[in-house]
Amino acid sequence: MPSQKHASNSTRSGQERSSRSHPAGDPPLEELEIGMSKYLTRLTDKFRNRKVWERPEPCKVLAFIPGTIQKIMVEEGMEVHEKTPLLILEAMKMYNELLSPQHGVIEKIHVAEGDRVAKGHLLLEFRQV
Amino acid sequence: MASTKKIQELKKRREEILRGGGEIAIQKQVAMGKMTARERIVKLLDRGSFNEYDLFVEHEARDFGMDGKILHGDGVITGTGTIGGKPVCIFAQDFTVAGGSLGFMHARKITKIMDHSLKMRMPLIGINDSGGARIQEGVNSLAGYGEIFFRNTLASGVIPQISVILGPCAGGAVYSPALTDFVFVVENISKMFITGPEVIKTVLGEDITMEELGGARVHSEITGNAHFFSESEDECFEQIKVLLSYLPWSNSDVPDRKEMREPMKKFNISKIVPADPRQPYDVRNVIRSVTDGSDFFEIQKRWAANIVIGFGTMNGRTVGFVANQPYVLAGVLDVDSSDKAARFIRYCDAFNIPIATFVDLPGYLPGVDQEHAGVIRHGAKLLYAYSEATVPKITVILRKAYGGGYIAMNSRHLRADFVFAWPDAEVAVMGPEGAANIIFRKEIAAAEDPEKMRRQKVQEYREKFSNPYVAAAKGYIDSVIEPKETRKALLHALEVSGEKRVGMPAKKHGVPPF
Repeated sequence: MPSQKHASNSTRSGQERSSRSHPAGDPPLEELEIGMSKYLTRLTDKFRNRKVWERPEPCKVLAFIPGTIQKIMVEEGMEVHEKTPLLILEAMKMYNELLSPQHGVIEKIHVAEGDRVAKGHLLLEFRQV
Repeated sequence: MASTKKIQELKKRREEILRGGGEIAIQKQVAMGKMTARERIVKLLDRGSFNEYDLFVEHEARDFGMDGKILHGDGVITGTGTIGGKPVCIFAQDFTVAGGSLGFMHARKITKIMDHSLKMRMPLIGINDSGGARIQEGVNSLAGYGEIFFRNTLASGVIPQISVILGPCAGGAVYSPALTDFVFVVENISKMFITGPEVIKTVLGEDITMEELGGARVHSEITGNAHFFSESEDECFEQIKVLLSYLPWSNSDVPDRKEMREPMKKFNISKIVPADPRQPYDVRNVIRSVTDGSDFFEIQKRWAANIVIGFGTMNGRTVGFVANQPYVLAGVLDVDSSDKAARFIRYCDAFNIPIATFVDLPGYLPGVDQEHAGVIRHGAKLLYAYSEATVPKITVILRKAYGGGYIAMNSRHLRADFVFAWPDAEVAVMGPEGAANIIFRKEIAAAEDPEKMRRQKVQEYREKFSNPYVAAAKGYIDSVIEPKETRKALLHALEVSGEKRVGMPAKKHGVPPF
């Protein structure tokens, strides 16, 4: 059951000690803006650790699943068409063929056969047009 | 009459089986800081009330050296007993016997007691402590899990189902607790995950401990899979007893009435909520200021703390409370808080528990992560749950009730039976700052001093619309009350809605946004 600790940030006079309690210790109040108003509140770790969205870069091919690079079928400088097989990523007991998302020239390959990659790992890049 | 010899034999057989996995295995269990399965049952049930079933069950496995192997009770203890004098069904996996692994007969003991609890309309308590499927029994072990999951689903909403995780509960096994109503975890003892650290390490190269992956804290704070966290098994059993004291024994029953007590004086409802809508406070103190004896039994205390759910009693009767918590993330609705409250509302509705809702929220949490995580779908769960619930539904608007958040928090429009508001309540399409900036955009931009004009327009809007009377004038709010009248208003609402009956259109079941 919650402890009756006094929050040091009481801002209203006449506030009863017991009414400002929070059991999760007393982390400092922070501002959170909702609908153009700034509210004083506690932010949670989950909120702080939320993944910040990044705009995907079309010239970069990332691992869509964690796995092992089984085979690389292209070379740097090679021109490939859309849907050309680029490499095979072994994951979840499957050989997953990664197809080229676009027509273009391979600028750089960042992995070698046998490499183990995490999800989102940069595999190869296309030349910027 | 049984001969002395045969009675002796029975005693001998019992004695042998009661030794479980033997002295060494029991020592290991104790070294892990765990009680044995039998000790757990004894601790949880009323003294001397345990009546064991299927003590003499033996497995039928023949492959991989299982033939002739003796596994006492096949690694699980099942039976009936009482808690607070009322009957319950219980099973406890015995980790000392083959790691509590689930074989065919082990599963059959569990499904037998599950069938019993459903048939006899009493709560089912499952204590999970198992290494997982008994690999030697192959697909028969999978069949066992499937039969358990099916029964969990069948019994859902009919009898209370409680899962206690007191050891590993990994792989498919986690889905039985996940299908039950309440999951209890204990620090350093509970471990739940679909794929364990070894597999994750092999496949992904990610190094993580069992505790970090699926320990009690993880499920209480991050995933929301657990409802109650405790630091010891003893504390956990006490929590289970308290929870059961608030619940009916089935969906055709109502919770036992407790003794009526006045709230404690130290929870002075008139002094809890600051007038400035941007200032936080702990909404649990508002709940405690209206409940009997100021008791509030909170559920999922550590997860999605921006909404508070739990049980209390009013005039001795169990009430389910749902409240925005301005103390955490300003009390916003988001993916997790919608999910948390929606499931609780459905629980209360299934088990004839009236719902009291305290509203004070600025709206939904903005953010790409929220939108991409499906806050539309998850937020819809809350609307669905409130709309669908036919138990008495009472709302008290404490302060802010803006926009979609106002609608979602058991508004009149979702068929709240009673909507009360405090004089500080602001029921409006949005907060005054946001609204004024949209409505008076041109005036503000054209003004000599736009900032001054903005402030003036915000003030104008606040005075005109940020109050409870616009909504009360339309009958969306039944009554504007002083904070100190809240308990009386709630008691009255509960009193007059005791025989509530509503018809719903005939259907097999709805299609909620799961």
